[in-house]
Amino acid sequence: MILYLGRRLLAAAGILLAVCAITFTIFYLLPSDPAVAACGKTCSPERVAEVKVAMGLDKPVWEQFATYLTGIFAGRDYGSGPSATHCGFPCLGYSYEYSLPVWNLLTDRLPVSVSLAVGASVLWLVLGLGAGVTSALRKGGATDRTLMVLSVGAASLPVYFTSIMLIWGVVRTAGLLPYPAYHAFTENPFTWASNLLLPWIALALLYAAMYARQSRNSMIEAMAEPYIRTARAKGLPPRTVTVKHGLRSGMTPILTIFGMDLGGLLAGAVITESIFGLPGVGRLFYDALVRSDQPVILGVTLLAAAFIVAANLLVDLLYAYVDPRVRY
Amino acid sequence: MSTTTTPVGAAPARTGRGPWRLVWDQLWAKGAARFGLVTVALLVLLAALAGPLSDLGGWSPEEFDKRAIDPYLGGLPIGDFGGVGTRHWLGVEPATGRDLFARVLHGGQVSLLIAFTATAVVVVTGTLTGIAAGYFGGRTDAVLSRLMDLTMSFPSLIFMISMMSVAKDVNRVVLMTLVIGLFGWPGIARVVRGQTLSLKHREYVEAAKVGGARSWRILSREILPNVSGPIIAYTTLLVPGMIATEAALSYLGVGVRPPTPSWGQMIAESISFYETDPTYFLIPTAFLFLAVLAFTLLGDALRDILDPRGGRS
Repeated sequence: MILYLGRRLLAAAGILLAVCAITFTIFYLLPSDPAVAACGKTCSPERVAEVKVAMGLDKPVWEQFATYLTGIFAGRDYGSGPSATHCGFPCLGYSYEYSLPVWNLLTDRLPVSVSLAVGASVLWLVLGLGAGVTSALRKGGATDRTLMVLSVGAASLPVYFTSIMLIWGVVRTAGLLPYPAYHAFTENPFTWASNLLLPWIALALLYAAMYARQSRNSMIEAMAEPYIRTARAKGLPPRTVTVKHGLRSGMTPILTIFGMDLGGLLAGAVITESIFGLPGVGRLFYDALVRSDQPVILGVTLLAAAFIVAANLLVDLLYAYVDPRVRY
Repeated sequence: MSTTTTPVGAAPARTGRGPWRLVWDQLWAKGAARFGLVTVALLVLLAALAGPLSDLGGWSPEEFDKRAIDPYLGGLPIGDFGGVGTRHWLGVEPATGRDLFARVLHGGQVSLLIAFTATAVVVVTGTLTGIAAGYFGGRTDAVLSRLMDLTMSFPSLIFMISMMSVAKDVNRVVLMTLVIGLFGWPGIARVVRGQTLSLKHREYVEAAKVGGARSWRILSREILPNVSGPIIAYTTLLVPGMIATEAALSYLGVGVRPPTPSWGQMIAESISFYETDPTYFLIPTAFLFLAVLAFTLLGDALRDILDPRGGRS
């Protein structure tokens, strides 16, 4: 187990390094100029040259990459002399747009994105798995068909539409909830939840529909296994057969997908955050796009990759507990 | 007059139906699949004929019509339901008065073109890598499988957005197709790899090997036809994801650039009008919804029929 963990951690570090290198190269190769972007459109050519030197863009790409990598672990200085700005560990770059290190911007926004992702995922797991398992157990019946029609429909609804309809119906017309704004959980859990409820629903509806379809398929496969027949033949109560034997193996494929989805969402649900105006990482990313603030774009991309790699690792480790056939 | 009368005395021809004919029959027998098929055909037809059809409506997608909007109401369309009428069949865009019928068809052309070509890129790349990894095994498999793992660890949407945003002076449609295609292939590669692994030790493959066939011939003549079923089902299920991705990128302003319309870009422009001019917002949304729904239904049905591992007996 320890050996396996060590190997996986090493592999994860390798993947992150590769993601970092590829991201960096693509940003370097694509026709764009970060110095001009950082400096603004009205910048004189001399000023652009200065900014280039300050950002280290005059150096060859591998050297820039090496500086970026060491900067992540050891911090680095931008520019030299009295105007130098220090960017401490872990330095993911410096945003000239905000005059702040990217890491500070990310940690500021992260609680919002994490609240959004975690709340929505609880909601979609309950809804999606509930609907999927119910359908699977009543396969071919009216309940199954209704639930599947609903989930195909819900999965096809564009998230812009559901979000706008929720804002229009619940906030504008009925006035049941305030227009979503972020309040810290530690401040008041109730305000936190009531403000995030609509974005949670909008996001969860889409995922719940996909999870319902997937968990239905995998549950049907699991319930057709011979060991289920054995369990039934032993005279176990139907509930035990379904929950202990069916659910456990039926839900393992879902775990993999869940890891990927949650990992991806933690680094910001760009569209949901921008429609609801939530100040999360996704919103930061969107604003960075509009202002072409490349250090921030690069930082968010790496953060998202880190989350996905971490979520995959966690899922693989969890497998050993959930699925008795998996042993390391 | 019909000339296909059976000659007198000849034995009636045996009606043997080919495998694809059987698939078609099974598909047509399902209500949901039939709906998907008809809707897909209709949308593709509308998109393909966007030019002639908007000529029929009398407006080109970039033509302004100041007479259709009310300058005293902030440029909102004149008439009910966003100006729907005989002059503009689906109403007009606020502020510019551009014809929505023409725009939504041309937008569909762009959206579907990107979705289809991106799917083609994904399917070709995925099939080639999957079949190679599965058939050759060993080091080839190890390298290709690691590459799949690596690609899957990329935060694809965020990565696509950042790539699209830093690239400035390139053909947006081509770039978008490539960027979307770049991240989609590992899924189908895994499916094909698994299928190839289970096929490569079958007797007919062994027989072809003994017969002296080269790898290329075995792959293209023995293996590929037998993995084509799952590939087709998977391909159809990829399309809705591609349509949604294109819409998301264009919605965020990094996809196709105005004045070129696409469904996502039209939704992005119309979203602030959802209360004052709901028709404007609902038309592209409805097309996007229908396209995703129809491809999902069709793909689901095809998977049930074609994928032996569907497990939904």
